[in-house]
Amino acid sequence: MSVRVVIVGGGPAGIRAAERLVAQGVCPVLLDEAPRVGGRIYQQPPQAPGFRRSAETLYGTEAEKARNLTAAFERIQAQIDYRPETMVFDLSDDRLVALHEGRRIEIGFDRLILATGAMDRIMPLPGWTLPGVYTLGGAQIALKHQGCAIGHRVAFLGAGPLLYLAAYQYAKAGVEVAAVITTASWLGLGTDPFGMAAQARTAAKGAALIAKLLSWRIPIITDARPSGIIGGNGVQALDVLVDGRLRRFDCDAVALGYGLKPESQLAELAGAQFTFDRVQNQWLPQTDDQGRAVGRDGLYLAGDGAGIQGADAAELRGRLAAGALLQDMGVARKDADDLRPLRRWHRFRIALERAMPFPSHLARDLPDATILCRCENITAGEVRAAADQGLREINRVKAATRLGMGRCQGRVCGIAGAEVLAARLGVSVDSVGRLRAQPPVKPVPIEALAGDAP
Amino acid sequence: MSTPKGQFRRIAERERRRIAFTLDGVEIEALEGDTILTAILTARDHLRVAEFTEAPRAGFCLMGACQDCWVGTGGGQSLRACTTTVADGMAIVTRQ
Repeated sequence: MSVRVVIVGGGPAGIRAAERLVAQGVCPVLLDEAPRVGGRIYQQPPQAPGFRRSAETLYGTEAEKARNLTAAFERIQAQIDYRPETMVFDLSDDRLVALHEGRRIEIGFDRLILATGAMDRIMPLPGWTLPGVYTLGGAQIALKHQGCAIGHRVAFLGAGPLLYLAAYQYAKAGVEVAAVITTASWLGLGTDPFGMAAQARTAAKGAALIAKLLSWRIPIITDARPSGIIGGNGVQALDVLVDGRLRRFDCDAVALGYGLKPESQLAELAGAQFTFDRVQNQWLPQTDDQGRAVGRDGLYLAGDGAGIQGADAAELRGRLAAGALLQDMGVARKDADDLRPLRRWHRFRIALERAMPFPSHLARDLPDATILCRCENITAGEVRAAADQGLREINRVKAATRLGMGRCQGRVCGIAGAEVLAARLGVSVDSVGRLRAQPPVKPVPIEALAGDAP
Repeated sequence: MSTPKGQFRRIAERERRRIAFTLDGVEIEALEGDTILTAILTARDHLRVAEFTEAPRAGFCLMGACQDCWVGTGGGQSLRACTTTVADGMAIVTRQ
């Protein structure tokens, strides 16, 4: 019987992994939650008449990459077992459990590549559950995938490259941008010039975006301390402190995000070990430099799901993970892949994280009434009360407060919950642990859970 | 409270086939290829009310991760509005 190889995720990493496997005569199963490949960065329009914007309009400077990736997929599509709209929600030693067209299916595997991507990393603020507040990635999806803006006058708040990119895309599409507001500083951009130079072309693209925003007279507010989103049933304004002075930006929508965090729940269930990454300031699954997971043989992690490196690096990491898998199967020779391009992306990422860090410092002063957990409506004050009662570990706090126990399983609140807990205890954030993943990793109908336990 | 209007604003690809669905019993027009979330939020300012607080919510991540946009079909089925395409004649319920 031939070796069963399964890839989860149809973005840049998953497609490049599949392409390399096919080139060596190994035909994988490719499972993707979305109806079309591309992942989030190169998400394709819905399959309905009337979506006619060009790749240049949708993907800007990355249009060629989007086209190349789609073309690569189309070349191998007939040789792989491609299953769109298949949401993996659990796994065991040799089987994935997924939801497809409302029904539970199981897919056996011998070797598994997880290319599950990332989502926005959030630091809550008062008012962030109001209608009209979306992640930066969500704001992009509305525009790219649905031809919609998330509001009529949008403020962009956060830190990281996506902040400027999303604001640029909105302004270019003709949406009024109230302001671009960041907790980072201009000075931070110069912290690590050699790191920035490791991917000089990408750094230059980022600088060009910022220059465009400035040329359009869109205010860019740095060193800001967000104090709250104002509104009753919707967004009316965003308040931020700048140099200790309150500034109010009228808007009816806010796009929010401070970098990305990996979607690593399946990697965790599969047995990957996690380590706290001091550069990205978050827990990441551990791999070797080709993507072999530490903690489980036959498991490979690629793309942003294995730690944030961006879309270009995701293509490289997909190829590398497939190469590692082929080597381990004895299909490919053992001569090493060229790891230098990926090292340059790694170096660049360190510079980005230094220049635009996650604002851990905001956790301490979040008002007690601020909701941290959107699913269960758990506030910062409730987490602090748990800390004051002697709980020092985030899963204990989850059990006591229900923070992270709702439908999203702590995807959105887990990082902020740990930051608030650590700030209250006066300890480093890694010492309070991280929320453990539980199956099903996304909600499924109760019927889909029925049957033999996997 | 603002006057009734959509939270989302269509800015491209508006020349698609029009379809109709019902939202809490009221017939609403949408465009083919809309997600349920888009279809609702181009028509009104929120998507649902939170279970515990009755506060309005309108989704958050739009990528199937945050789980803040679940709505009902009236027949007991739940749908994640940001990753489900709206269909002609669909009945969506956001209030019990």
